[in-house]
Amino acid sequence: MAARQVTNTSKQDLREKARMIRREVLRLTDICGSGHYGSAFSIAELLTVLYYQLLNVRPDEPQWADRDRFTMGKGHAAIGLYPVLADLGFFPASDLDSYTRLGSPLGDHPDMKKVKGADFSSGSIGHNLSVSVGMALGLKCQGSPGRVVCMMGDGEQTEGQVWEAAISAAHWNLSNLVGLVDINGAGSDGIAQETMRTEPLKAKWEAFGWDVIVLEDGHDLDQVFDALNRALNAPREKPCCVLAYTVAGKGVSFMEGTWQWHLGFLGPLDLDRAYQEINSGTIG
Amino acid sequence: MTQSSKSATPLMTREIKAGLDLRESTVTDAFDAATWDMVVSLGLSQQLTTGKVLTDLAEAGRDDIVVCTADLGRPTQVVDFGRRFPDRYFNFGIAERNMIGAAAGLATTGMLPVISNYSFFLALMGLENIRNDICYTNLNVRMIGTHSGIAMGFYGTSHHCCEDIGALRTLANLTLMAPCDGNAIRAALTTTIDHQGPIYFRTGRGREAQVYDSPPDWRIGGSNLLREGKHATVFAIGNLVKASLDAAAILAKEGVDLEVVDLYSIRPIDRDAVRRAAKMHGIILSAEEHNVTGGLGAAIAEVIAGEGLAARLTSIGMPDEYSLLGPPTHLYRHYGLDGEGVAAKVRSALSV
Repeated sequence: MAARQVTNTSKQDLREKARMIRREVLRLTDICGSGHYGSAFSIAELLTVLYYQLLNVRPDEPQWADRDRFTMGKGHAAIGLYPVLADLGFFPASDLDSYTRLGSPLGDHPDMKKVKGADFSSGSIGHNLSVSVGMALGLKCQGSPGRVVCMMGDGEQTEGQVWEAAISAAHWNLSNLVGLVDINGAGSDGIAQETMRTEPLKAKWEAFGWDVIVLEDGHDLDQVFDALNRALNAPREKPCCVLAYTVAGKGVSFMEGTWQWHLGFLGPLDLDRAYQEINSGTIG
Repeated sequence: MTQSSKSATPLMTREIKAGLDLRESTVTDAFDAATWDMVVSLGLSQQLTTGKVLTDLAEAGRDDIVVCTADLGRPTQVVDFGRRFPDRYFNFGIAERNMIGAAAGLATTGMLPVISNYSFFLALMGLENIRNDICYTNLNVRMIGTHSGIAMGFYGTSHHCCEDIGALRTLANLTLMAPCDGNAIRAALTTTIDHQGPIYFRTGRGREAQVYDSPPDWRIGGSNLLREGKHATVFAIGNLVKASLDAAAILAKEGVDLEVVDLYSIRPIDRDAVRRAAKMHGIILSAEEHNVTGGLGAAIAEVIAGEGLAARLTSIGMPDEYSLLGPPTHLYRHYGLDGEGVAAKVRSALSV
């Protein structure tokens, strides 16, 4: 199977993919009774553009050596990734029905040994930029055209190891590495910037030696494509960090912009309302 | 001076002072007191052969080997690999957790990363990263944790590592082995190069006495019987292998026949060797430069208790407390981790 093509994907198709992600997040969370709605809804457009427009992956050859890698520092949003991987054909869509059940490959955080298409395991915040640095080094060692995208959360920016990794990526001029920070503003204990202030992130990443692209609206598909396309495909000498400003819980009015739905569980009435809003919404 | 410090027990007890000879050489015969300087004294770390072995393997065609360190390429003796293969040598600076994660990432691309770092910064600081990034993912990463135990002597307790076996022994997928000298390191790295999964090699500072004249037999789950004996068996690792051989020589003059086994494979452990000793005489000793809690002795105790073997175990190692600082050989003597110390423990084990 050839690498995925950027062309000929209509905006309407992409909007529907993002809706599919959000619907599946609702459905899968209903299986286990608890989930990271807010964290997954904020990245729906980012995942859509990455997987349906930009990343070179082969669902029928998940370990293809020259593929682009995608790692999730914010592994708790894997519930948003699984439906994409299933939709692309990495594993049967019926596997989604086993989400979090005893022995299922699909848990709240991704496991690379169990989930085809998941390039690394995560769950411990702050690890995956380091892992991605290693992947980028390894790809360069082997002359591979593969690139690495590491999605992090804004709360994750408080982890010291992120900045260890940032230093090393700049030191080795890892131009094949993209850091993608989903700045949805929400954390487990409250508003991320109130729990621990990490802004100004642009100045920080620039000071650490990275190119920085500020994505002002991480739900506008044109803006998302422009930012991620530049990050991945523009010639550069350094690693690139995309600061994606998003809305926690985007797509469901009573979740939007609140940190309380970082983790939670919808009752039947609210669940119906959430489905309706997602199905009728025109995000992007 | 505060009341509390007045009443504190002095560390330099009369017993410790009485045992000191401040003029004596404190490490090996080659040691020169003027060369304790960190860099100048590196020539003394003859047993840290990691860099030489990896260079040999790479020159023989293993172009997947990459070496990772965290500003400790010189003292852990891998810097020469970096000079020979600069594109495959990654010095992360003092950022151990980042190094561990990146090694995992490198492994996913088909490279064979070998981490060479002090054990206390690798195994203890990096434990969660080793667990989540390398062991949970079951990746082909080799870790060489050097300067384990109390080898760093007067650099102090922060630089001692008597807890790594206990911590690492609980990590599923991890193979844990302890090569006791330079030839053992060569055998360990070379024979396991194609093993699928992570391996942690616990080594000393490199100033240990040589045990093997050439690379010994080596296998995961194996051990080496170095001296047969019919009265008791000591299962030793690291520095304590030589100390146990010294103890056997001391005890031979007293008519005691001590068996010495280099039980280098800690996880998985050589259960047959433990069964054999239990069947033969039932007097078993473990000897390690590690806290007696959770280390090699505990691993042997699990075999004895789990299989209901008729054996009595005496654990030789560091007491369950933070170590004193001092010149290494003074510490080894103080804690009974030299030939005389092991011999004394054997005598009391036999007299019970």
